Amino acid sequence: MYVAAKGGEKAIRNAHALLAKRRRGNKNLPSISLAQIAQQLTLAVDRVMAEGSLYDVELAALAVKQARGDLIEAIFLIRAFRTTLPRFGYAQALDTSEMLVRRRVSATYKDLPGGQLLGPTFDYTHRLLDTSLGVADEAGEVDDEARQADPADAAPVAMPRVTDLLGQEGLIEAAPADEGAEPFDITRAPVSFPVDRSTRLQTLARGDEGYLLALGYSTQRGYARSHPFVGEIRFGDVEVIFEAPELGFELSLGTVQVTECQSVNQFKGSATTPPQFTRGYGLVFGQCERKALSMALVERALRWKELGEEPGAPAQDEEFVLSHCDNVQATGFVEHLKLPHYVDFQAELDLVRRMRAEQAAERPADGIKEAAE
Amino acid sequence: MALMARAEAGELEAVLAGFAPLPAASDLKPPEVGLVMLRGRTGGDGAPFNLGEATVSRAAVRLEGGASGFAYRLGRDVKAARAAAILDALWQDEARRAEVDAALAPVRARLAAEAAQVRAETAATKVDFFTLVRGED
Repeated sequence: MYVAAKGGEKAIRNAHALLAKRRRGNKNLPSISLAQIAQQLTLAVDRVMAEGSLYDVELAALAVKQARGDLIEAIFLIRAFRTTLPRFGYAQALDTSEMLVRRRVSATYKDLPGGQLLGPTFDYTHRLLDTSLGVADEAGEVDDEARQADPADAAPVAMPRVTDLLGQEGLIEAAPADEGAEPFDITRAPVSFPVDRSTRLQTLARGDEGYLLALGYSTQRGYARSHPFVGEIRFGDVEVIFEAPELGFELSLGTVQVTECQSVNQFKGSATTPPQFTRGYGLVFGQCERKALSMALVERALRWKELGEEPGAPAQDEEFVLSHCDNVQATGFVEHLKLPHYVDFQAELDLVRRMRAEQAAERPADGIKEAAE
Repeated sequence: MALMARAEAGELEAVLAGFAPLPAASDLKPPEVGLVMLRGRTGGDGAPFNLGEATVSRAAVRLEGGASGFAYRLGRDVKAARAAAILDALWQDEARRAEVDAALAPVRARLAAEAAQVRAETAATKVDFFTLVRGED
């Protein structure tokens, strides 16, 4: 039980002022601008949007600045902000096949229509610190002319999803059909387990990257082994289409960036279906590849029942996985332990003293014996 | 309307300035920031699920002696949304539609150039992987 404490107002005010001073750092250095954060710490901003579950680059950059780079604190700020705004409605589902692709790779097919596009990736870098960034930052200045493909090679081309290619041969399960039902919204109604796949996806999409990474990793190490391939990972811009209730027609609101991952997994089949690949799905705001891939692994592991697999691994435990993946909930409960618990603790202190006194009264001889030993 | 959602605030102001003097615009409802829940599809093409929200600004205006205009744009710039709504109202007037489209042409060209640059930069990172025959047998 937590009992409110009073007092300390002046100390709290001063602590907040000190926080603001420390956040600003050395005043002889220029203050970092939101545009700089958005442009140069893009992946931090993307993570805050994804786990804050709110797409707004400038707000996420502000949150990163205010939180002194503590991304979970920044995500908390974003979640708090979103509760202040009215909901206009639901957009139509994003069409990732119509993406302006900035990166797209497949680990299953080397020659796929549309090609393998590495884009801006850390893959294949040597992970050597570039000391030139510490002085003048010339490394970012590339010769644009030399680094662009011929216009003929860069014409818009169709980029079918790898799962569509496998699907044509019936080698992979189809995605669950759109029956026209409204998907459950965890921001509008309390969740009770078990949940459907769309509820899992919404929960995982805003889940903590580190947590999903660890759980995804556990499935590879043998806890709910499902032998995944990255069928495809793509990142780029997709259009948001919205039908405003008062207008009654669809309009485009602009574009957002998302990362999509399709995992392709093993294939037992059943009495009614021949062996075929199964799949896990990840979709995340921004360029968050590690998160999208981890999400796909965990999403696939959670489907054990539907696919007739043996349960028992942590990543398969729906209630455990989904109840603990939200880092705002998690940090709220864990960090509240720092707040004053004096009354609770006093009660426990009294209890432990009473228990010791009772024990000493019941077994005086034991006490003397132990002391002698 | 897709163009007016993608145009930058400065671009919209510049386009509007080209139509000065503008008839007085009154708000049908105050410009407002809110949220739209974005959705994805399971597996990319299956049943929908709620992905996360985005900030959206909206405006609705009526021009004096003219049509009404509406705008919805991603982001929190209500001033830009109001400018887009005024442009939409001008566009509703058949006589000015071509003029509005022409004024937005630079926005269309900028967006096309940016997309072309992304495609060209990305295409330069296209890789042809090849697999090697292993020599153990």
